[in-house]
Amino acid sequence: MKVGIVYAGVGGQGVLTASSIVGKAALKSGLNVVMSEVHGMAQRGGVVVTEMKIGDARSPLLGMGEADIIVGFEPVEAYRILRKAHEDSWVVVNTEPIIPTTVSLGAGKYPSVDELIAKMHGLKVIAIEATELARKAGNTITTNIVMLGALSTVPTFPIDKEILKEAIKESISPKYHALNMTAFELGEKAAKEKIEE
Amino acid sequence: MKYDFILENAPGKKYFLLGNEAVVRGALEAGLDFASTYPGTPSSEIGNTLHKIAKKAGIYFEFSTNEKVAMEVSAAAAASGLRSLVFFKHVGLNVAADAFMTTAYIGTNGGLVILTADDPSMHSSQNEQDNRHYAMISGMPMLEPANAQEMKDFVKEAFEISERLKIPVLVRTTTRVNHVRGIVEFGELKNKRGKGYFEKAPEKYVPVPANARKMHRELLKKIELARKEASNSPLNRIELHGGDIGIITSGVAYNYIADFVEEYNIKANILKLGFTHPFPAELVERFLKTVDTVIIVEELEPYLERETRALAQMKNIHVKIYGKMDGFFPRAYEYSPDVIKDALSKILNLDIKSKNYAPEEIELPSRPPVLCPGCPHRATYYAAMMALKQLKIKDAIITTDIGCYTLGIQPPYRMADYLLCMGSSIGAAVGFAKATNQKVIGFVGDSTFFHASIPGLIDAYHNKANLVYVVLDNRTTAMTGHQPHPGLPVDGLGDEAPYVDIEKIVRGIGIEFVKTVDPYDVKETIKVFKEAITHEGIAVIIAKRECALIWDARRRKQGTWWVYEINQEKCTQCGLCSDYLACPAIFKKDGKVYINDALCDGCGVCATICPFKAIEKVEK
Repeated sequence: MKVGIVYAGVGGQGVLTASSIVGKAALKSGLNVVMSEVHGMAQRGGVVVTEMKIGDARSPLLGMGEADIIVGFEPVEAYRILRKAHEDSWVVVNTEPIIPTTVSLGAGKYPSVDELIAKMHGLKVIAIEATELARKAGNTITTNIVMLGALSTVPTFPIDKEILKEAIKESISPKYHALNMTAFELGEKAAKEKIEE
Repeated sequence: MKYDFILENAPGKKYFLLGNEAVVRGALEAGLDFASTYPGTPSSEIGNTLHKIAKKAGIYFEFSTNEKVAMEVSAAAAASGLRSLVFFKHVGLNVAADAFMTTAYIGTNGGLVILTADDPSMHSSQNEQDNRHYAMISGMPMLEPANAQEMKDFVKEAFEISERLKIPVLVRTTTRVNHVRGIVEFGELKNKRGKGYFEKAPEKYVPVPANARKMHRELLKKIELARKEASNSPLNRIELHGGDIGIITSGVAYNYIADFVEEYNIKANILKLGFTHPFPAELVERFLKTVDTVIIVEELEPYLERETRALAQMKNIHVKIYGKMDGFFPRAYEYSPDVIKDALSKILNLDIKSKNYAPEEIELPSRPPVLCPGCPHRATYYAAMMALKQLKIKDAIITTDIGCYTLGIQPPYRMADYLLCMGSSIGAAVGFAKATNQKVIGFVGDSTFFHASIPGLIDAYHNKANLVYVVLDNRTTAMTGHQPHPGLPVDGLGDEAPYVDIEKIVRGIGIEFVKTVDPYDVKETIKVFKEAITHEGIAVIIAKRECALIWDARRRKQGTWWVYEINQEKCTQCGLCSDYLACPAIFKKDGKVYINDALCDGCGVCATICPFKAIEKVEK
């Protein structure tokens, strides 16, 4: 078994935290896991991508077509990384954009989110309003946990939901457990509704 | 505490660890006594982890003022018989090189491990030099781990080799082993030695020419001993898959090769090298004799390839060698599964069908890294930009330095015209001031000021340079993850420490124009910039305000949070906040300006510059 997952978003969205939690959950599940992350300059409001392989693999990076699941914390960043997907990949995507300063400064245009999602045709797309759901849960800082809730519903995701929740709890101060569990469940519920559609 | 598990004596237990965290565990399993560093990506988390656990573990640890000092500090500790670890990013070894080279001559008593973190693809660096060359010019043995588990195991082994051969050992890592997370199985912890004792022996430790000549012969003997070790080392291994093709590889490239060979069922035997300097010639010779084609896969420079080609020639071994010297593999940037697939498909004539999804090409806006919302450097750059505008100076030369503030290169600030290395903003400013009639402004961060800027500043003063030098003092080493530096009242062990006052240093040199400003006070900062720019001689501005990320974390903890929003009735879309301050939290949509509440950190700089008082505070 080998499952490739790419997590893409913007610095500050908790991409690293979320992907590390999945890694810990994989270890708890007795699965091998290797993950590569971005630190330093690239993190400052720029694109953050972590790549992960769960199962029989050693490479810390994924080749083209090796991502079975793409977790896009931001719509443009999800689209940018689609070249790592293959024809049967799942895409979990947050529909709330973070407009880069380049756009405000007139260097580039932010495309319509509906159009972006429509252009992901052929892929199995779960588009949810993760930031809005995090707001509902109580704090936009939990957007990453909403995304994990949604990820847990993807049929090819190899980790049990309860183990993933345990890994979240182990990674977050008990003070915030309730908040994050709410966020997780909101993400899970929204994704399930999308899959049923 | 979050990092206490690293200190647990739990052999056999498995953790999902960052490569850099695994380095710390490996050192602990070797009985580490002493460590020093200057932070630099991708090595920083080694220091961050030690910073959290050193005191509890009874290890001495310091964030040294720069890499050269770090090298000297640990070399002396190792000379006193302690197991010592010194680590930095690849270009940090350039700074430490003087001390590093002689440490090879002098040798060591306690194990001395020097870890370099190279950055192929330059994710966070100004170049992608291949520091394996440093092993060659110094003569030190070198190990190249390929994954998180090996980061731990190789560092541990490096201490043993170093102590056995009485020579420092270089552990050469790259971003994709430093910043890879994988499953790491712990071994047993080893007891520390505590304090060392230095046995005086000037003939061994003082390389005056008469001693140095003997030392060089000693070093050459050690290199030959190490060469024998390398050929028999368990860190080098052969994986047999049948067939007469051989692949020689090291470091992270091994992983891509191993996955590829497995996935496509390639009949190729892999010689995976972990102990790469001195080159394990006997082992490679034996391997070459078992195959008729050999492919050498290594990132960056053709180090293994040159050695292998030379060996084949010397030993008269007829084998076809493929690598980067004949153009099959790239010499720039890090490798990936795709690089391996492309090159091996060509060499082995494979026809691999792609199953990629081909997304429709659409134009996406770029998202370069930017200064964070609330970053005090943004306010300083805005003030500098406005001061230059008001003084109608268009061709000021901006020398910049290494840190978050290098991002001032982005529009609209464009506050970066020239950069070489840590501390270069002041030396280069002197050069431009002397060579041209243009106004020169140098920017440097607080940690970089201590690191390598003080000699440059003395040079500027002594040689009467006409320039403005701005110290962006955000009270931390921000870019690498908020390590303390000599300007802060805390040290590497987390203990209280005397701190060095930047303003006093500048005044102590003899410079008279020194002004400290709070960059959030934009009006005052613009005024001071105008005074400094019009001042004849050297003018120093210290823009002092703590890093927004630290401020944010403290307020989140306290539960006091607020943001700003734009009152659309008052906003005239003048563009001052969106186009000139250009905070990433501020964005335009359908002709109107908004603030993203998930990004705004409540610094309020936009509100202070808004001419229409249209930006208002909202408590959360």
